[in-house]
Amino acid sequence: MMALYSNPKWLSIVRAAVERLTETLGFQAEHRRSVTRAVDEALTNIVRHSYCNRHDQPITTYFRKAQRKQEGEVQHGLEIILCDRGPVADATKWRGRPLGEIRPGGLGLHLIHDAMDIVEFSRKGDINRLRLVKYLGQASPAA
Amino acid sequence: MQISTRRHDKVTIFDLSGDIDFANSPELRRSVLREIQENRPPRVVINLSKVHYIDSSGVASLVEGLKASRDLGSRFILFGLSTSAREVLQLSRLIKVFQVCDNEEQALAV
Repeated sequence: MMALYSNPKWLSIVRAAVERLTETLGFQAEHRRSVTRAVDEALTNIVRHSYCNRHDQPITTYFRKAQRKQEGEVQHGLEIILCDRGPVADATKWRGRPLGEIRPGGLGLHLIHDAMDIVEFSRKGDINRLRLVKYLGQASPAA
Repeated sequence: MQISTRRHDKVTIFDLSGDIDFANSPELRRSVLREIQENRPPRVVINLSKVHYIDSSGVASLVEGLKASRDLGSRFILFGLSTSAREVLQLSRLIKVFQVCDNEEQALAV
């Protein structure tokens, strides 16, 4: 678990932690980069949209191992949950801009969805909860 | 992130280093747009060879630089993309929108 404030200066610290964690869990370099990018973009979205660029608001990030059965084999991975206390967000209005369009903004969501196997948003009480899961590419035989 | 600027004849080169993320991309945006709008160089070259990471807000800053350059008839060229930076431009389908070179020599020659 990492408890931090919504100050963008924390982003590089979280990226370093996620890079190290994904390396330890055995993710390939390409996936280490993409998962790190997804977490960075998700945190940036919280700072920008949930907290409207206020830098003193709480964000809690949980990391834990994940696993699922896929075609009879156990697939291991990493589950990341990002929690903030911003106002209720309407996830149905989250849209990235059309890719390739020459205008700034709207790329973060694409990068998150491209990187992760599962992207789920929920609201529990006064907490916004974004759940990201990435599984390792290779599956091991189920016990 | 650190930004330094070199001016040669009709070219402005931005040498960037470190990570570009939401903490510092507004500074990049301001620097690039100020140079383009105040000095109107015919060619703007962005050296990314010492940039390990760039997020979507950094890409947005580059897109703004590209648009401002186009509006003034300038060229906007990137070189020295890291694997991570190249991936982000590919995923956003902007890699073909920018003129991307391998090195500075090429960026000055094209």
